[in-house]
Amino acid sequence: MAGDVIASGRKQGERGVLPANLYQSATWRRASGRGLLYLVAIFGSTMFMFPFVWTILSSLKTGGELFRFPPTWFPEVPQFQNYPKVFEIVTWGTWTWNSVVVAGLSTFGAVLTAALVGYSFARFRYPGRDILFIITLSTMMLPVEVTLIPLYLMFSKIAWMDSYKPLIVPSFFGGSAFLIFLMRQFFMSIPIDLDEAARIDGAGYLRVFWQILMPLSIPVTATAAVLTFMAQWNAFLYPFIFLNTKAKFTLAVGIRYFQAVAGFADDTEPKYHLLMAASVMMTAPIIIMFFLAQRYLVQGIVMSGIKG
Amino acid sequence: MSTKAMTTGRSLSPRWMQSLRAREAIAGYLFLLPWLLGLALFIAGPMLTSGYLSFTRYDIVNAPKFVGLKNFIEIFTKDRLFWPSLLLTFRYALIVVPLSLVGALAAAVLLNQALRGTTWFRTFFFLPHLTPIVAAAVLWGWIFNPEVGPINHWIRTITGSDDAPGWFRDPAWAMTGLIIMAMWGAIGGNTMLIFLAGLQGVPQELYDAAVVDGAGLWAKFRNVTIPMLTPTIFFNMVLGIIGALKVFAAAFIATAGGPAYATWFYALHIYTRAFEYFEMGYASALAWIFFFVLFVFTYVQFRQSRRWVYYAGEVD
Repeated sequence: MAGDVIASGRKQGERGVLPANLYQSATWRRASGRGLLYLVAIFGSTMFMFPFVWTILSSLKTGGELFRFPPTWFPEVPQFQNYPKVFEIVTWGTWTWNSVVVAGLSTFGAVLTAALVGYSFARFRYPGRDILFIITLSTMMLPVEVTLIPLYLMFSKIAWMDSYKPLIVPSFFGGSAFLIFLMRQFFMSIPIDLDEAARIDGAGYLRVFWQILMPLSIPVTATAAVLTFMAQWNAFLYPFIFLNTKAKFTLAVGIRYFQAVAGFADDTEPKYHLLMAASVMMTAPIIIMFFLAQRYLVQGIVMSGIKG
Repeated sequence: MSTKAMTTGRSLSPRWMQSLRAREAIAGYLFLLPWLLGLALFIAGPMLTSGYLSFTRYDIVNAPKFVGLKNFIEIFTKDRLFWPSLLLTFRYALIVVPLSLVGALAAAVLLNQALRGTTWFRTFFFLPHLTPIVAAAVLWGWIFNPEVGPINHWIRTITGSDDAPGWFRDPAWAMTGLIIMAMWGAIGGNTMLIFLAGLQGVPQELYDAAVVDGAGLWAKFRNVTIPMLTPTIFFNMVLGIIGALKVFAAAFIATAGGPAYATWFYALHIYTRAFEYFEMGYASALAWIFFFVLFVFTYVQFRQSRRWVYYAGEVD
């Protein structure tokens, strides 16, 4: 809904009745003003899209073409085989699968538990609730470095290093303060009469959650899931610190590894064109996901910001 | 509200109602349980541990050795990268955040004009924000390539000379490069979407009233839009500053803190001390100083906000 409003925008401006010549000059001024706005919008879009376009074009060139001087826009012959080649040179398929598994499982855990915790904050009265909620919100400020060192020590002690457990298991404990906040805000917007009616009919708390609130919260749940998945897909620091074996890398760590070795020419040529293809392949799923979930996402982001 | 309900509930409460209230509380705690455990295991516990570690020397191999304030004294007096990295991080945040706020607000105002194709423009503006930071660092590294990158090619073409910045390889330009990269991702991102929603929440009557008073475009923007948006600006500013001060992955991948420590952000400093030198005690002390600085900075912003943030719904 909010997405539509934003997409369509809103006309701001006054339409008064004006004398003819004044009206004419006003329309002309308005038209030229709008023309200028279009120019700015098109210029902005070009600036924002240029790095993508350049990356995609680079990913379709040969390694040698990339270093031609002066640089050329278009590949002489599009090298679509660059993309499969990435899978041969590094274990791209494995890394992609690893990212899917880690992001998928941690998203599942985070959204499920954040919804439960948000339900608790939104619907129950108990001593300490408000102070716990404030503590929850203030953890958003905590720099990751404060907890990272002890977590590293703890995970090495229980032999979780170089496994996906440090990346997945913590998600099952409420996800993050942001997700809890998002779910709570949404639940608070659902009339409590619905809960009460169900309670009178004999439904337990869990049943109210699962059969009344969750079905009404599909948009916000989708938003939470997509945002979490994206964050996990992009996450660099945790996987970088907790994973050592190359075959276990996620895409973010893998692409960094690839970047470090791409400059070394093997028997043929440097592999920057393949690195660009890899960047495209890492970004594409996120963009596709955005298009699929666009209207939910915009709504969710806006909700988290406005009702803050 | 809830306290009132509670007291009235109690005053006419038969025993069964009290037990109902107790049942509600127990259920509430049960649903909260995952997060309570998570807070204890992954936030509070680690915080206590790192608080303790900050007073120790700990190299992982040998047991932590208590050294009192020695780490902190060393950080403030001997660490040659501490002050530079802290100042550099603040400088970065104080450039990136205002610029991206102004940029995002301008973009939001632009996209609020009911232009044809607004959906497309919005998507184009937003896509950079979706790009994984790691991928963004890789692709900007290529765009900023001093020899064959497009940016330097244009600079050379326009200026007609062979001099062009070395960007990520040039101490004088690496920071500028990172700032451009950050702005690319920030201007059209969540900040812009939140501004857009904020703009649409400004009541039309206020604009109409301003027009009656003879306000032009700029006066309307300055005297209606900005004051009404101050809560949104504040929200975006606080989150933006916290995010910018924590910058790590972008610099780590694009410049690795170099060249010549030109982009040695504070988070990189902590990372290096912890996971390259394995000075866990020292790095914990660095992390706690960082937390303290962030906390104070955020607190000050909240204090200051009372002077300039206007909440339409607030009753004095």
